[in-house]
Amino acid sequence: MSSLLERLAEARKAGDVSRLAEAIPYARWMRIAPENGTGELLTRMRFHDELIGNTFLPAIHGGTLGAMLEMAAIFHLLWETETETVPKIVNITVDYLRSARPVDVIACAKVTKQGRRMVNVFAEAWQDDRSKPVATANAHFLVKSDADAPPSL
Amino acid sequence: MEKNDRIALFQQWFSDAIPHNKALGLKVIGVRQGFASMELSWREELVGNPETGVLAGGPLTAMLDGCCGMAVATMLKKPEPFATLDLRIDYVRPAEPGKPVIAEAECYRITRSVAFTRAVAHHGDAKDPIAAAAGTFMLGTKGKATRPAMAGKK
Repeated sequence: MSSLLERLAEARKAGDVSRLAEAIPYARWMRIAPENGTGELLTRMRFHDELIGNTFLPAIHGGTLGAMLEMAAIFHLLWETETETVPKIVNITVDYLRSARPVDVIACAKVTKQGRRMVNVFAEAWQDDRSKPVATANAHFLVKSDADAPPSL
Repeated sequence: MEKNDRIALFQQWFSDAIPHNKALGLKVIGVRQGFASMELSWREELVGNPETGVLAGGPLTAMLDGCCGMAVATMLKKPEPFATLDLRIDYVRPAEPGKPVIAEAECYRITRSVAFTRAVAHHGDAKDPIAAAAGTFMLGTKGKATRPAMAGKK
């Protein structure tokens, strides 16, 4: 956990958020990484064949969209809020709006409500056309140290 | 159909033929009408926190989605394509590093357009879950029905 927070401090110093993904094995394996080249924090999942869930359409696996929306929410909380701990996910609800084609998926996240212990985050994923989201999600994260919390990260 | 033949068939349809499920290494360990079960082995690539070795949420999400989908397939009266409409996951407690995770999904209601499922992920005791999920699926979506109909032929 602290290595991710250390990585966060380094990334802030360098102004390069993409370093956060390097500390998370699953993010590397999925080729999910945050980027802030345009000034806005976005999370990108680079297309590769192992993301496919339906070979006939073809379409990206819904589970990977849920996974990248969750990562987008975590990167947002780490980068945009002054969190002292790595956010721990409590639950997530993903709505699937369109089938995702075999190209990159991009997501943004925003905090709907920041509480002292709990944060409610909304995340949205799209491909070429931002006005046509492929999936959205709402998630709750614990952001205060709690030994009983389910640490996803 | 014998139990082991059925498992082999669903392994082919729901893991080997679905690139992401295959990449995760999902293993079908149980299937009957309205029920599906899969196993995911722990490995370093799927870890969210390298200091604790706890799995990221993502692999569980993908596994629960796949397992719920397989439970839907066992309830179809005729083969037809379907797609996840929504999926909710409660992360009840952390997965233990190094241990395989088992998912069990149930399709408890199916209508002409929508199938309703629930699932749990655990380390061997379903009463002590790691995660609980509820998913709904839209039936008759576009695409090709590669999934089998199983209802009525146990």
